[in-house]
Amino acid sequence: MPFNGKSGKFNASINAATIGCGDKKITLGGENVLPFYTFDAAIEHAPKVGVEITDGGLDKEPECIRKYYEGCRTVVDMAKKAAEMEGADFLCFRMEGGDPNGENKSTEELIAMLKGIADAVDIPIVAAGCRHAEKDAELLQKAAEVLDGKNAVILSAGEENYKAVGAAAGLAYKQKVGAESAVDINLAKQLNVLLTQLGVNSQSIVMNVGSAAAGYGFEYVVSTMERIKAAALSQNDNTLQMPIITPVASETWGVKEAVASEADMPEWGDTEMRGIDMEVETAAAVLASGSNAVILKHPVSVATISKMVQELV
Amino acid sequence: MALKGLDIFKLSPKKNCKECGCPTCMAFSMKVAQGAMDINACPYFSEESKAVLSEATAPPMKSIKIGTGESEMALGGETVLSRHEKTFVNKTRYAVSLCNCMEEAEIDAKIKAIGAVDYERISERMFVELVYVNYSADGPCDYIELVKKAAATDRVLILGCTDVEMAKAALAICKDQKPVLNGATADNYEAMSAVAAEAGVVLGVRGEDINELYDTVAKLEGLGNKNLILDVGTKSIKDAFGTAVQMRRAAIKDSDRTFGYPSLVNAARLAKGDIHMQAALASLFTVKYGSVIVMEELSYAQALPLYGLRQNIFTDPQKPMKVEPGIYQINGADENSICLTTVDFALTYFVVSGELERSGVPCNLIISDAGGLSVLTSWAAGKFSAGTIAKYFEEADIAGKVKCRKLILPGKVAVLKGELEAKLPDWEIIVGTNEAVQLVKFMKDMQG
Repeated sequence: MPFNGKSGKFNASINAATIGCGDKKITLGGENVLPFYTFDAAIEHAPKVGVEITDGGLDKEPECIRKYYEGCRTVVDMAKKAAEMEGADFLCFRMEGGDPNGENKSTEELIAMLKGIADAVDIPIVAAGCRHAEKDAELLQKAAEVLDGKNAVILSAGEENYKAVGAAAGLAYKQKVGAESAVDINLAKQLNVLLTQLGVNSQSIVMNVGSAAAGYGFEYVVSTMERIKAAALSQNDNTLQMPIITPVASETWGVKEAVASEADMPEWGDTEMRGIDMEVETAAAVLASGSNAVILKHPVSVATISKMVQELV
Repeated sequence: MALKGLDIFKLSPKKNCKECGCPTCMAFSMKVAQGAMDINACPYFSEESKAVLSEATAPPMKSIKIGTGESEMALGGETVLSRHEKTFVNKTRYAVSLCNCMEEAEIDAKIKAIGAVDYERISERMFVELVYVNYSADGPCDYIELVKKAAATDRVLILGCTDVEMAKAALAICKDQKPVLNGATADNYEAMSAVAAEAGVVLGVRGEDINELYDTVAKLEGLGNKNLILDVGTKSIKDAFGTAVQMRRAAIKDSDRTFGYPSLVNAARLAKGDIHMQAALASLFTVKYGSVIVMEELSYAQALPLYGLRQNIFTDPQKPMKVEPGIYQINGADENSICLTTVDFALTYFVVSGELERSGVPCNLIISDAGGLSVLTSWAAGKFSAGTIAKYFEEADIAGKVKCRKLILPGKVAVLKGELEAKLPDWEIIVGTNEAVQLVKFMKDMQG
């Protein structure tokens, strides 16, 4: 007696958002099934893996990351090297040094770096801000301008600055707008509605619905993503059908499991291995919950997750 | 499927005898439907009616017990596909794989490593709970000796063995520990089932594909063996994931009880030699429907995120995770170090303690019972107030345990400052930051 399974294919589907241009452009989303449910229907666009670098260059990176970028003198050198990483589909440049509570680098300085990177690499670019609403409003408007014609993702427009970021990225320069909310389906929906009311095409929105490292309240991430996909697919809620892009590296490389030195925690063993597995396991769980793209940092994580995605799709 | 009260009432004796304690049979039926009363409280319910009801009210997925005594654990028994619908009840368990195809030295090293990962995280012991003992016909080591060694670890064993005679011999050694015999295939299921039944252990079943697996399970059920675990196979990662998901969905959504058993995922086989891929798979199958996951090794690097993830996924969404109240010394703090207080919500604790650690400033984080809610929620609910903090300080004799008299309050409850100063007159109350991320700078500034 063979198994007679019912198909879980939906009539609705996730929006397909293409980013980048030329041969290296990629498409996020487009599926009408739950994550990796290829037995229900084929998934045309497999989830994508991005590599993150920051304006801080190598100084702030853990040693295992510095090793990969050995010989790079500038952020542009790093970007070129990151683009060659095995399994890398896109590049994320995070301008965290712009934070007024941190280094408070000027917009001009950061945008000059971004421009250098955009000229040097041909894979799609995600430009991420410093998570300070006011500064990002200014920084990301400029980022959208300087990336004109690159079809980039601007990460991100939040509740407080969606007008400035959304208008520049979504309306003036036709980039993809990253809508960021804090692990809550209602906040995610509300921001999408606000952005579309502003005039941004819903097909030009991708969501960052928030993340956490595995073990750190990750149940909220799983449930938020699963509920969003359920609403988008089973209820055809077109305010939640945007593909999800999730920065993982910026969450996982700060927790103590990844940073505590072997001298402090001898029984935990090698720090690099802990950093990789925290990143890999968080990324796998984020993808299983519904993310269409993850942003990682370590070359081994990027290769492993990229391979896992290929195996599954 | 849940039965409605009326369906139960139709089968009830309708005597209104009140012997069950309810005024009418209708009232009793309603309570049974809600799960508030047991059907057996009625002495007059006919056996046939009870059989009909138990069939209809049986859970969609069986809960299978393995191990004995303190090591006993339940697998499966889930009622929903997503944790936000209700709660996942039986957490994923992880096994490390041994094989008689390994060299003796490798086996000994692995057994030693199994004991190394053992720690506590939010009141839960985290360790390798299972050992998978694989039998390979051309392995250099004696399988029976290997089983003996593995049994000595005090972990619950899973015998991966499709050879009937070898399985019988292995069970003779360890059956009292209630291991799993993962060995039934389309070819040997009758004999394997007899061996498992005789030893009183759970039988693991595998198939070439999902159809063969389904067919073999149906045949085993036909033989009366419903004490099973289903191996999702090792053909490919895609195939294993597809089998795990379709099995669970068929059982829970489509009430197909043939697939209503816990699953076993052999990540060690699916990604042999690639330890990071095994980590990724362990995470994937923890989110989606693996009851047992087998790995080649489980070091701290893999375990720390994995057990944290599992703890997150298998929490009750209606019941927040809490940490124990007490004084948490951070960065080598002593009794003279500055004090902070916050709530016992696990996420708050992790975020706050993480930021405090990053600041490098020695401090005492004092956690009182706030019902496991976040700062503002517990404050609004009256569970985190000047009164509750002062009461906890008195009960736990905080003043006797620390000498410092500076206490930092979460910025979001700055409003408590005045009242707290009145209740704890010896203390200097300092209003801290609104967000945990601001703590690093705040603590460094305080120190400087």
